[in-house]
This record gives sequence, C-alpha cells and structure tokens, in this order.
Amino acid sequence: MAEAFKFELVSPERLLVSEQVESVVIPGAEGEMTVMAQHAPVMTTIKPGVVTIKAASGKEDRYVVFGGFADILPSGCTLLAESAVHVNDIDRADLARRIQDAKEDAADAKDDVARSRAEQFLSQLTTLEGALIPA
Amino acid sequence: MASLKDLRNRIASVKATQKITKAMQMVAAAKLRRAQEAAEAARPYSERMGAVLANITQAIGGGGDAPALMTGTGKDDVHLLIVCTAERGLCGGFNSQIARLARDHIRRLLADGKQVKIICVGKKGFDILRRDYGSMILERVDLREVKTLGFVNADAIARKIIHLFHQDGFDVCTLFYSQFKSVISQIPTAQQVIPAAAAAATAPETANGGNAVYEYEPEPGEILSDLIPRNIAVQIFRALLENAAGEMGAKMSAMDNATRNAGDMINKLSITYNRQRQAQITKELIEIISGAEAL
Repeated sequence: MAEAFKFELVSPERLLVSEQVESVVIPGAEGEMTVMAQHAPVMTTIKPGVVTIKAASGKEDRYVVFGGFADILPSGCTLLAESAVHVNDIDRADLARRIQDAKEDAADAKDDVARSRAEQFLSQLTTLEGALIPA
Repeated sequence: MASLKDLRNRIASVKATQKITKAMQMVAAAKLRRAQEAAEAARPYSERMGAVLANITQAIGGGGDAPALMTGTGKDDVHLLIVCTAERGLCGGFNSQIARLARDHIRRLLADGKQVKIICVGKKGFDILRRDYGSMILERVDLREVKTLGFVNADAIARKIIHLFHQDGFDVCTLFYSQFKSVISQIPTAQQVIPAAAAAATAPETANGGNAVYEYEPEPGEILSDLIPRNIAVQIFRALLENAAGEMGAKMSAMDNATRNAGDMINKLSITYNRQRQAQITKELIEIISGAEAL
C-alpha cells in the first residue's frame, strides 16, 4: 500500500477534486508522468489529455483536461486546469468544436511560431479524441 | 384637489408597482445566492494561481527572459481601460459608481497627456461613458445573452486584450469592476493587469511553496509565458463574477428600498382617501339635515 498524499484538481469555475490519493497520472507538456507521495517539487504545464487518479480508497477516476499546469510538492499536488470534465461527462460535440477552433487557429496563424503552436495543440486534441472515442 | 376616483386609481397603480419591485427583489435575492456561490467556487483557482505566479516570479528573479506581458513595454503612454459593469439598470448606484471611478481615472490620465482607450464590458457602463468619451471606446463586449458566466467569456476578452497588446495597442491595462464586499456594500475597484509584475508582487506567499526549490518542465520562462495570459483571463473572470454578485446585491437593496417607499406612499394616499371620503359623507349629511330643518 503506497503512501497517500493530497491531490486537488481545480478549474476556474470550481474545485473538482480534493482528496487523498495514492497516485496521479498527469499529461505533462513533456510527457506523461505519474506523481506519487514525496515527489520532488516540480512545476509543469500540461497538454490536453486524461488525468487518472487512483484514490487512497483504491477507486480509480479519470478526468479530461484541456491545458493548464500542475504544481507538485512532496506534500501534495495541485492541478490547475483550464477546463476539466469527468470522463463520463465528456461532450463529444464540445470536443469537436474545440478541434474546429484549433483548426481555424492553425489556419489563421500569422507567423511560423504561432502556426506550429496551434498545430501542436490541434494534434494533441485529435490524439485525445482518438483515445476517448473507443472508450 | 384630486377626486376620490383619482385617488383610488393612484393607490391601485402604486400597489401594482410595489408588487413588481417586491418580485424583482426576490428574484435578485435568489440570483445573488447563485452568483455568490459561483464567486466562491472560483476562488481556489485564482488563489492558487496567485501563489504559483509568486513562486515562479521568485524563481526567475526579474531576469531578462520574463515575457513582455509581465514587464510591460517600458512605456507609459497609452492606457487601456476595461470597464466592467452590469447589463441592466435598476440596481441603485452600482453602475454609476464604477463609471465614476473610471471617469476620474480617465480625466487624470488625459490631464497627464496620456492616450486613453476603453473597452466596455456590459451595456450600462457603455451608455454612461459614451456621452463623454465615445471616441475612445474601442469595443463593447455584450454579455446579455450569457445565462451563466463561464470562464470562456472571460477568456475571450483576455484574448482580445493580449492580441491588442502584441500589436502595440497599449502600454498599461487597468481593469475596473466592483468588488463584492457584502450585500449592501460593493466597492468600485481599479486593478492593473498589464504589466503584471506589480500584480504578482502583491500576491500572497503560500507557506508550503515559499522556499521550495522547484524543477521546471519546460523552462520557467516558457511556463511563465503560458501562465501570464491565463492569469489575465482569471483576473477578468474573477472581476466579472464579483460584478455579477455585486449587481444582484445592489439590485436587491435598491428594490427593497423601492418596495418600502411604495408602502409609505400607499399609506399616505390611503389616509388622504379616507379623509376625503369622510368629508364627503359629512357634507352630504349636513345637506340632508339642513334640508330637513328648512321644511
């Protein structure tokens, strides 16, 4: 039984999760990472993806997040998501709209930096969609 | 002197008005509760955001790689004011208080020879400011169609502002809104959002993260350039939520006053009505009695 630590998932609208957990898988900007208790202090941005939370009670929960960042300390982990929804409540139409927006952004981008960023975001979104559809 | 019939009509109309104001007060009370809940639910995010921002600013230590949104353009010539007000009136001095604060600020800036640009969020502030400073208003954001205020709305405004900033549209950006203190007191507030350096310095230090040595993934500068625009959106979101709660609070007390005034008016009118009726009865009696005596 792994040691538990405090995890909080916050979106601008409200506090979604605040509980003792065993481990959390975060879609970091530079790759997925699993956070457990006593993790070294890290601050990372996150890309659109799925956060998997394994609660201290053994229950597993999954949330879809669209960008944001995570603040990890040995004593706990706070995930500030730009928007977050439970995997069961995900709205396909909303996801499709976001992808459409990202496509427009990529098309409208004026310089190469903006374009490559928008395209990266778009590919992250489509990967996310691909991961969710069969589920 | 108004006739009895006039008085009766008058009383009926005041009663109808009282019913309306009473209903509006109750609606405002219900909406206020919801707005307050929303404002409270949003608080953890902005608090954590402030803490993280303070942390990361410390880590960078004002180094050269801080993004322009943080440090500003180094000039102080063009000011952008974002004036957030309500979409509807009938809420006492709520809108005019915010507008007055903004107007004082504009006058001061103009006196110093600065250039001023305005973005209005909400119809009422636009109506008030249009009279004096119509030519400076760049845009008006309409939130009338919005049922529940979401982060998306704030994000859209923030994007517009940041886009304008990158086009060298302005140097300093200040946000005007009403801070929700309690149901009866809303404080009009001016808050500088760009450059963000000043805002970050005042953010409270958190006990757990104050001196931790962080690893950053990717580099602090890169995180910061991602973080600052988001922080601006969060600030605007918070301002909009506080405004929504404040508007409802102000409306509630304004409508409470109106209901009470209507009650007073009905009392006064009823007294006049009763007196007049009594006077008429007395007059008729005198006429009958004096007619009988004459016989």
